[in-house]
Amino acid sequence: MSIQAKPLHSVGVPMKRKEDPRFIQGKGHYVDDLSFPGMLYLSLVRSTYPHAEIRSIDITEALKVPGVKAVITGKDLEAAGLGWLPTFHGFDKQMVLAIGKVLFQYQEVAAVFAETRAAAVDGAEAVQVDYAPLPVVADPFTSKADKVLLRPDRESKTNRIFHWEVGDKDGAARALASSARRIKQRVWFQRCHPAPLEPCGCVAYFDTMGRLQFHVTSQAPHVYRTALALVTGIAEDKIHVISPDLGGGFGNKVPVYPGYVCAIVGALKIGRPVKWIETRTENLTSTGFARDYHMDVEIGATADGRVTALRVATTADHGAFDAAADPSRYPAGIFGIVTGSYDFPVAYAEVDAFFTNKAPGGIAYRCSFRVTEASYAIERGMDILADELGIDAAELRRKNFIRKDQFPYPSALGFTYDSGDYHKTLDVALERIGYDALLKEQAEKRARGELMGIGLSTFTEVVGAGPSKHFDILGIRMFDSAEIRIHPTGAGIVRTGTKSQGQGHETTWAQIVAEELGLDAGAIMVEEGDTDTAPYGLGTYASRSTPVAGAAITMAARRIREKARKIAAHLLEAGEADVEWTDYRFQVKGVPARSVTMKEVAFAAYTNMAQNEPGLEATYYYDPPNMTYPNGAYVAVVDVDRETGEVKVRRFVAVDDCGTVINPMIVEGQIHGGLTEGFAMAFIQEIQYDAEGNNLSTNFTDYLVPTSLETPHWETAGTVTPSPHHPMGAKGVGESPNVGSPAAFVNAVVDALSPLGVRHIDMPMTRDKVWRAIRDAESTKG
Amino acid sequence: MKVHVKVNGISYEREVEPRALLAYFLREDCGLTGTHVGCDTSSCGCCVVVMDGERAVKSCSMFAVQADGHEILTVEGLADGGRLHALQQGFWDQHGLQCGYCTPGMLLTSYALLRHNATPSEADIREGLAGNLCRCTGYQNIVKAVQQAAGALRESVGAS
Ligand code: FES
Ligand code: FES
Repeated sequence: MSIQAKPLHSVGVPMKRKEDPRFIQGKGHYVDDLSFPGMLYLSLVRSTYPHAEIRSIDITEALKVPGVKAVITGKDLEAAGLGWLPTFHGFDKQMVLAIGKVLFQYQEVAAVFAETRAAAVDGAEAVQVDYAPLPVVADPFTSKADKVLLRPDRESKTNRIFHWEVGDKDGAARALASSARRIKQRVWFQRCHPAPLEPCGCVAYFDTMGRLQFHVTSQAPHVYRTALALVTGIAEDKIHVISPDLGGGFGNKVPVYPGYVCAIVGALKIGRPVKWIETRTENLTSTGFARDYHMDVEIGATADGRVTALRVATTADHGAFDAAADPSRYPAGIFGIVTGSYDFPVAYAEVDAFFTNKAPGGIAYRCSFRVTEASYAIERGMDILADELGIDAAELRRKNFIRKDQFPYPSALGFTYDSGDYHKTLDVALERIGYDALLKEQAEKRARGELMGIGLSTFTEVVGAGPSKHFDILGIRMFDSAEIRIHPTGAGIVRTGTKSQGQGHETTWAQIVAEELGLDAGAIMVEEGDTDTAPYGLGTYASRSTPVAGAAITMAARRIREKARKIAAHLLEAGEADVEWTDYRFQVKGVPARSVTMKEVAFAAYTNMAQNEPGLEATYYYDPPNMTYPNGAYVAVVDVDRETGEVKVRRFVAVDDCGTVINPMIVEGQIHGGLTEGFAMAFIQEIQYDAEGNNLSTNFTDYLVPTSLETPHWETAGTVTPSPHHPMGAKGVGESPNVGSPAAFVNAVVDALSPLGVRHIDMPMTRDKVWRAIRDAESTKG
Repeated sequence: MKVHVKVNGISYEREVEPRALLAYFLREDCGLTGTHVGCDTSSCGCCVVVMDGERAVKSCSMFAVQADGHEILTVEGLADGGRLHALQQGFWDQHGLQCGYCTPGMLLTSYALLRHNATPSEADIREGLAGNLCRCTGYQNIVKAVQQAAGALRESVGAS
């Protein structure tokens, strides 16, 4: 028997990504790369009005366009029982193609199928729609008045979609009233769009067995399969969903969109494959937007800065249909994390959501369901409180942090935080940025009238949904799964119910298997996204892959190890109880010379298993006992040009604690990406509508994505507080930087402007907005 | 209309509509799907290819007929047989990609950049890539990847 020379550490190693060779050589498989014989293209006719009655749709000219095969409208779908599509969290439904009315600009009105991409577009342009405009409701505050009822199709005759609340309403009111000091501020987290560089799309066809083959940009392929079965009535075994390589997702590719349904209907009706790839304009104007929360934040405190109560009242704009992708029982997602990293004795949060004549959505954009909004609210609130009390922002936070010895910590709004060391994480960040020296520099600059700001954000995230007893989508409980097969040569394959969109699962999952089984991560293949082969799972969003599927992989690997132990005992001619797993191999207790590797055991599992069951594979469905609570301390340093309003981000330090790190290179990459999106939201990114409901952000020249030029240089560091309930101690990281950083930027800019008396600026803090804030402050100061 | 374009050293003669964009010509007529399309306003750079050896062009903003008689380099033509190009190696080593959708455009833009400037500073690289969006990486590792490649290319020139 051989003895392994070196232990095979896999976890914690910055292994280069296994998926990269295909991407760097142009060999990725994105959905638009697929082509099938006889494939047709679908183009959608979209509404030019935000709210209008459809008097008529004339398709005669469109059908004359060379290459056009068919045109379908809402009426056709309605007749087939497919007029409406349930939205994911089950409170509402969405028109597939407009029936009778359009409710937002760019809404899907008709579907044109043609031989080529260009002919489909020509056909769509030839469809004549006669609209009679209706009064437009372009914001939730107008919507609230119910003067124009936007959704008469619904039972409740009001524009209010829901009222949701959590916490102690009276207790919070009393505590606020009796607090020595209190602040109140309305902050708006503007409407954003995830805008992955690959837009959404699909190819649908029915194979010779009559089975639907559906290739689609989906972050949750199994949920799609079940949803399609429920909506279309096609038996679930006759549906095969394949989510190929995804060019980013960030929550945009969670919902099911009307284009997908039209493609399937077209494939069925015409009997040929149909491809639908949305344009960037369609992506930005009709598929899942995020945020759009107007939040009134109130914090009470003692005179020396101990927080006494938090109250947040939110007015949410959900657009024309309630297509927020939140778990069923959480209409406002996990907004209850709004108490953040602080020990609030009492708190209360409420959210009122309204319909408007805007695109539907409210999806979790690089966010665990409204956590980004919540973190922004509390982190802005704490800074405003610090300003009000005249206490240093870091000092105020330290004073109110949940202490290390308080974990597991029950929050006032019902969460049980798993672990953290907030004081330490903040200390590392302040040390790294050189906080004291910066404060000194700032004081000197202020004396000279220069505007320099330091902004902190010390956030706590909550990710990794389930537990299944709390969370479900369309009734499907939120667990996740893994299946591992180890082949005779010690290579293997792992499949999960999650779906990478760039997060590097093909590498991370292999590393987990390698670590648990002492195998070579390079020889562990990872496959996701194919509902025929992957075990059932809820998909990748809300930072749930590592907390949930990562745990499932670990547990499945441990199951394999238990089976392998029996075979190892046979090989070592020892009793099973005498065989231990140590240093990535099995050995007879206390006799290191008598050992076997997993590779040897794998071979024996197929060739020399004695009376044991042959083979070496396992499946595990993991239902997390709790969510995980990654946290971080971010510091931004900005210089603001007093004359032009231009903000320069001089430095940004991000210290993240995401528990055990499996691949530090990938984790750092996730943090860079998330910070860049946080920067985008803070400074340039907004889906804007005018007062008439026209979408003004229809492409990348109006909806700005930061380029390499303006993106700051990121400095990252970490602390490690393992999650006590995750089998590897990992917490998840992809969203933390996006959740935590917007407040750091805003806090920094407001800090820079605070000598002028500026107390708050809403995002995005464009140069124009900052310049106005300076000018207004200076003019009121005289 | 008939166009004749040499792509990655191979001649393609195809009948195209006058309005056909080069990006779709490459993807659908030549079957080279490594070149991506990410926008409709010439903003994202996913579609960048190199024309005549040194000019980075957005293939979504050119008609296929405009490439008639020209040579085009796409991501599929970067590696030399089994050997990755220094830029491909750099992106892999430095974790310069996540979802990979922007990567072909980034590689080809960087290729042209290095043709014109063998020793780019970080600022040069950031400016050179300003027409290419990436939604995943935050650019920092892309800059490192290009720096690594620039170094490797200088070394290989020095060695030969
Ligand atoms: S596809 Fe976006 S610039 Fe060409
Ligand atoms: S790697 Fe995803 S867009 Fe750049």
